[in-house]
Amino acid sequence: MVALTINGRPHNVDAPDDTPLLWVIREQLKMTGTKFGCGVAQCGACTVHLDGEAVRSCQITLKSAAGRKITTIEGLNGQHPLQKAWIAEQVPQCGYCQSGQIMQAAALLASNPDPTPEQVVDAMDGNLCRCMSYVRIQRAVLRAAADMRSAKAGRPT
Amino acid sequence: MNAIRRNTASADPSRRSFLVGSAATGLVMGFADPLNVLGAGEALAAGRLAPTVWFDMGADGVCTVHVAKAEMGQHVGTALAQLVAEELEIAWRDMRIDYPDAHPKYNDLVLAALITGGSWSVNFNYDAMSRAGAAGRITLVEAAAKIMAVPANECTAKNSRVAHAKSKKSMTYGEIVAKGKVDRTWTADELKGIKLKSHAAHTLVGQPVPALDVPSKSDGTAKFGIDTFVPGMLYGKLKLPPVRYGAKVKSVDDSAAKKVKGFVKAVPIEDPTGTTSGWVVAIANTWPAAKQAAEALKVEWELGPHTRVSSDSLIAEAKRLQADGSKALLWVKEGDSGGALGSAKNTVEAEYITHLAIHAPIEPQNAVVEPRGDTWHVYCGNQFATRSGAIAAAILGVKPDKVVMHQFVLGGGFGRRLDCDNIIAAAAAAKAVNKPVKLIYSREDDMAVDFTRPLTYQKVRGALDDAGKLVAMEHDVVSSWPTARWQIPEFLTDSVDKKGKLDSFTVNGSDHWYSVPNHTVRTTLNELAQAATPSGQLRSVAPAWTFWAVESFIDEAAAKAGVDPVEFRLRMLDGAARNAKGAARLANAIRVAAGRAGWGAMDLPKGSAMGIAAVSSQERATATWTACVAQVRVDPNSGDVKVDKLTLAMDVGTAVNPDGVRAQIEGSALWGLSLALKEKATLKDGRIEQTNFDSYTPVRMSDVPKLDISIISNGEPARGCGEPAVTVVGPAIANAIFRAVGARVRTLPITAEAVKAAMKT
Ligand code: FES
Ligand code: FES
Repeated sequence: MVALTINGRPHNVDAPDDTPLLWVIREQLKMTGTKFGCGVAQCGACTVHLDGEAVRSCQITLKSAAGRKITTIEGLNGQHPLQKAWIAEQVPQCGYCQSGQIMQAAALLASNPDPTPEQVVDAMDGNLCRCMSYVRIQRAVLRAAADMRSAKAGRPT
Repeated sequence: MNAIRRNTASADPSRRSFLVGSAATGLVMGFADPLNVLGAGEALAAGRLAPTVWFDMGADGVCTVHVAKAEMGQHVGTALAQLVAEELEIAWRDMRIDYPDAHPKYNDLVLAALITGGSWSVNFNYDAMSRAGAAGRITLVEAAAKIMAVPANECTAKNSRVAHAKSKKSMTYGEIVAKGKVDRTWTADELKGIKLKSHAAHTLVGQPVPALDVPSKSDGTAKFGIDTFVPGMLYGKLKLPPVRYGAKVKSVDDSAAKKVKGFVKAVPIEDPTGTTSGWVVAIANTWPAAKQAAEALKVEWELGPHTRVSSDSLIAEAKRLQADGSKALLWVKEGDSGGALGSAKNTVEAEYITHLAIHAPIEPQNAVVEPRGDTWHVYCGNQFATRSGAIAAAILGVKPDKVVMHQFVLGGGFGRRLDCDNIIAAAAAAKAVNKPVKLIYSREDDMAVDFTRPLTYQKVRGALDDAGKLVAMEHDVVSSWPTARWQIPEFLTDSVDKKGKLDSFTVNGSDHWYSVPNHTVRTTLNELAQAATPSGQLRSVAPAWTFWAVESFIDEAAAKAGVDPVEFRLRMLDGAARNAKGAARLANAIRVAAGRAGWGAMDLPKGSAMGIAAVSSQERATATWTACVAQVRVDPNSGDVKVDKLTLAMDVGTAVNPDGVRAQIEGSALWGLSLALKEKATLKDGRIEQTNFDSYTPVRMSDVPKLDISIISNGEPARGCGEPAVTVVGPAIANAIFRAVGARVRTLPITAEAVKAAMKT
């Protein structure tokens, strides 16, 4: 049994230590917002936060995730400014990559509240979108950043 | 294409044909009754309004449109709901969508099947959805009039409410349904008799309403096929032979796999449809265990005849077939191109190649197949439920009415999920253990057995007269035939001279709208490719290669004639004879794109230039008029190409949802860019060499150029918008490269090496 903390809730998981965290989250714990795309850190569909940092959960073993703070798309509760920006900009097409995109962007904005378009590209370049919704992803990240800054400054968004 | 007509004939006695015949017969045999949607009669009994199968409404006034099209990012459900809502006069906030289990009652009325593709969805269902909405409105008005005891013809419907102005009485739709008086159903003839709104009277069609599927795709709650769980489910992982096609399993040794904890069984797939070959499924209680077991399996294959086939040998064979000519079938025959070419002084000749390309939706292929009583349940996203369900039944050894096909949103379709290899393998596995099995392809599996875009070879010859006018064009297309692989006779088309049946999905687009008095197009099946590398429909299908050739060739002819390529195209789009009207629309799209890009009016640095291309994808009968100006920068030393800007103009007739249309054009234009510069799959020793996104590399965010998109919505019938831009970007880029550095590249994808080599010649 390995003890995990996901979105603030404890889970006990019975699986081999080297099981990729992705498969534990998706298939054992049935939190399916996190997606499988490539299994080799090339697409970003499986992105979650590990102690606040965006990681590819297909590359993290169950054992190494134990005791650390894991956040998945479900942990954002649909309330993150990015998620509102995603709707405002009508970003998703098929939607399959979008949890990973949002988790990647959330980590960026947590460390850099005012990214330039180039910094957004840099941060997001590891996340494939096969529907190629890139134009809107970029716009939505910048919109969310602006919204978060004005919320922090106490201005209405 | 012609509508798929119902097919019950199965004359050919061979086993393969019998089974495929059974699959085709499924077109009429139907499916088990869907679980999650009521039929009209049952709906009435349950106090819901359901004048047609396309939507129902409850006492809360909420209207749910049943979307029988695969939702794969095109927001088709939103567009269809807008069409219903426009005529239903319902407030948009009362609209919902769902995705019913497959049933023939939801068949596309034009295609007579459950199939999503071809950019047909809105085009072919506009009328049915509009009439369904109107029928709902009339039913509600009549019912309300009866309840309020006023004449129906004095009532008006608007904003989810029926009102009678004189008496100041009104009722909401919800109240009307709650009274249970909405008991009218509509015959096809009655529906046909309804007068629909004019384009000018539309208030919702043409509005960029937010897509109904976007919120659930922004918070992780959208359910894809891969998110399915059923009780007692096992997992499957493919073990594939080292050739794309033609292998047979000789033996399976699972002694090492048995040491993997959770391993259940290895199942070689018996597939009489020939969709798969030599596949084994390793079944275990988790997917990582199934993967480990698959790796541990020792399978001996008879590898079959294709172990030495490569992309190069496919091209060599295509050239041989083209030169030989005896297998070519006529698709276009206007005038006498042979005669005109023979007597011409000024000719142009070129060969064009497009390499294999992989669909690679980010959701890998997967399926859950579950036995439940005497029925089988199939859970996955699929684009062609009519065929896939029938084939599932054949694999499971039951009648199609014992198979329930559950539909989900698709994590990318692009034509990949028209096929059902995933269902075949999952069904065979589930049947072998008589338990539910969730089969998930690894990315490597998904790429190894993709039904790729075919490798195509095209040769075009043309003659210019003394005035520099293109007076003859002869165009040969040699490729595998993706549609023929399905063995549905209705998908094939008679050649012009009726000498044979051809796959029009290999030549659509070559029948362009330029006036060329002597024009011949032939298509030839590359049987080696057909056998060694089964191909499929990849977003935009034939126009992605036919226009690569046509639009490159037109540019080459313009250069030869010494005429500006925009001017050259406009001259040829004279609208003569069968090109009336369409040519004018294409010319207008060219003018918009060229004008917005600043064609001929910009000072660009050395090594930079603009190129133009214009297409009428997808088919002549369903053309969308699209033009693109690409602005590129070429590094003179490396030949490296950077696309700075794409300016696109698309005449879609009617944009039901302009923002949805824009999103489709953005995505498809980048697909065009990706296929032009980034995506190349190659066959070597009978197998696809690329295995994952490190070797097969679609466009990422850092590759995205500036996009300038103009949507021309002129009130003509709505046309597809999700594919044409794929086809126009490649030739626009190549034509820009030529104008930038004088290098003519004729192979897709375009590589720096090819550009550099062409610069030297
Ligand atoms: S599944 Fe982890 S990066 Fe693709
Ligand atoms: S929205 Fe489809 S992969 Fe990104």
